[in-house]
Amino acid sequence: MRKPNSTLAAQPVRRSGAVESRSGWRSRLRAYVHSHRQNARESFQRMVDEPLQSVMTMLVVAIALALPAMLYVGVSSLQQLSGSWDSSAQMTLFLNKGAKDKAIKSLIARLESNTELAEIHYISPGQALDALQDSAGFGEALTLLDENPLPPVLLVVPIGEIEADVPRVEQLVKTLAMEPLVDDVQLDMKWLQRMQQILDIGRQITVLLGGALSLGVLLVVGNTIRLAIESRREEILVVKLVGGTNGFVRRPFLYTGLWYGVCGGLIAWLGVVLGQLWLGTTVTRLAALYQSDFALKSLGLDGMLVLIAFGGILGLVGAGLAVGRHIAQLEP
Amino acid sequence: MIEFDNVSKRYPDGHEALSQVSFALDAGEMAFLTGHSGAGKSTLLKLIMLMERPSGGQLLVNGKSLSRLHKSQIPYYRRRVGVVFQNHQLLFDRSVFDNVALPMQVSGAERRDIERRVRAALDKVGLLSKEKLNPVQLSGGEQQRIGIARAVVHTPRILLADEPTGNLDPELSAEIMTLFEDFRNVGVSVLVATHDIALILAMDERVLTLNQGRLSEAARLAQA
Ligand SMILES: Nc1ncnc2c1ncn2[C@@H]1O[C@H](COP(=O)(O)OP(=O)(O)O)[C@@H](O)[C@H]1O
Ligand SMILES: [Mg+2]
Repeated sequence: MRKPNSTLAAQPVRRSGAVESRSGWRSRLRAYVHSHRQNARESFQRMVDEPLQSVMTMLVVAIALALPAMLYVGVSSLQQLSGSWDSSAQMTLFLNKGAKDKAIKSLIARLESNTELAEIHYISPGQALDALQDSAGFGEALTLLDENPLPPVLLVVPIGEIEADVPRVEQLVKTLAMEPLVDDVQLDMKWLQRMQQILDIGRQITVLLGGALSLGVLLVVGNTIRLAIESRREEILVVKLVGGTNGFVRRPFLYTGLWYGVCGGLIAWLGVVLGQLWLGTTVTRLAALYQSDFALKSLGLDGMLVLIAFGGILGLVGAGLAVGRHIAQLEP
Repeated sequence: MIEFDNVSKRYPDGHEALSQVSFALDAGEMAFLTGHSGAGKSTLLKLIMLMERPSGGQLLVNGKSLSRLHKSQIPYYRRRVGVVFQNHQLLFDRSVFDNVALPMQVSGAERRDIERRVRAALDKVGLLSKEKLNPVQLSGGEQQRIGIARAVVHTPRILLADEPTGNLDPELSAEIMTLFEDFRNVGVSVLVATHDIALILAMDERVLTLNQGRLSEAARLAQA
């Protein structure tokens, strides 16, 4: 025991308010930032100290994030595929049988100026008949006809941008059908529509699954945090007794939730990427059989950031729900 | 500074721990609170700490009724009170230093400030050399002194101590009391619950006596 020095007993009148000098807010801010950093570090350390519990929670978070992410990757890859199918929205324009060459030329010229069309091929009735005669067995039968029964035909392909866009393609069909020279427009886009429907369902499932699993993440993180609060009950009471606000007591738990979410997001990203690598070669080989250069869309750096951010937000909110309920109730 | 006006405390089980207690303690005043075990000493201190609420009467601190204090204001009120708890209330997941630093950490003090004051407080109770240890490694008396250092580290306006010398030998007890008197001398209100009559006799301070929850103030024992 030493003789009393002046630091303590001599200045009890210095209150927190009175201590402030002009640079007071700056030192406050510095202390605040320091205390946040310390909270973040300590929360992380606590997680490392209990690896089993932490890894379990992170894995649950990771799985919950990885499933919708994989589904998203699948759906958007198929979306790309449906857009890159060459003949997907090719249209056949059957023209009036008696159409004059000049009229057809001017129609072609008009269509060429249409910015929504990428390619236009003219097939005259003669060419069509030749092609038909060349192919299996019709030769004999066709020579019996007095005149060529085939109409002049235009094959048009819309630009890539709108190929996968069903409403725009349908609109285009309507516009083309209004040309006086055009008898009929045929577009075999049933499969395209079906594909779109499947993709729509896929997207909806992704959203639903994502929503349900996000809720699960909230519950899991919330429960983990609730247990952490229980196990640190005594500490919380002491901190409150020496003047810790609810906010101060909450903070480390919020950081814990944030860490769970961020680490879970990172693991989810790793999982998806590894899954892609594994599935990717198979998919590419399969696609090659169908002369397609289809490949799984990759979940790059953007995807990683999104998963981490989303995981972090979920972890924070889950922890927030738990601390909101339990910490205010703990009163010494 | 502290004013009890006919304060009663009845616990939910119906037991009346305090009956119509009235007294006032000024800034810069020190008093001992004594009485048999179960007389209500701890209860009285808990009322000041807002760990319990009076079931009757008025409790004013600094002229303001504690019952009017909004929930969100309680932490800020507690920061101005230093308490030495009967059961220490130390945290065994951190060092002696960090235990003592707690009241300053919660109020967002700067690290330099915290270090300076924590060392000063530990120096006062003679534990400076043990700042890095865990409280478990220390004896009962040393743990009690950690609690004392924590109660004074942020220079509170009110200092409450519940049997602070229970585990200390007479010499150490006297030194702790001298420390409390230092605080009293610079304007702190000090209230010490103890049944250590020898200590009280040695000190020549105000003595408040509780008996079955009723308060009486004796003439100074030292002079009797
Ligand atoms: N939380 C409680 N619930 C019910 N009775 C209590 C509670 N705390 C204390 N008491 C009772 O109130 C009386 C006073 O207790 P206390 O203030 O701890 O006395 P002291 O500190 O003087 O020994 C005792 O009879 C005790 O049993
Ligand atoms: Mg007691």
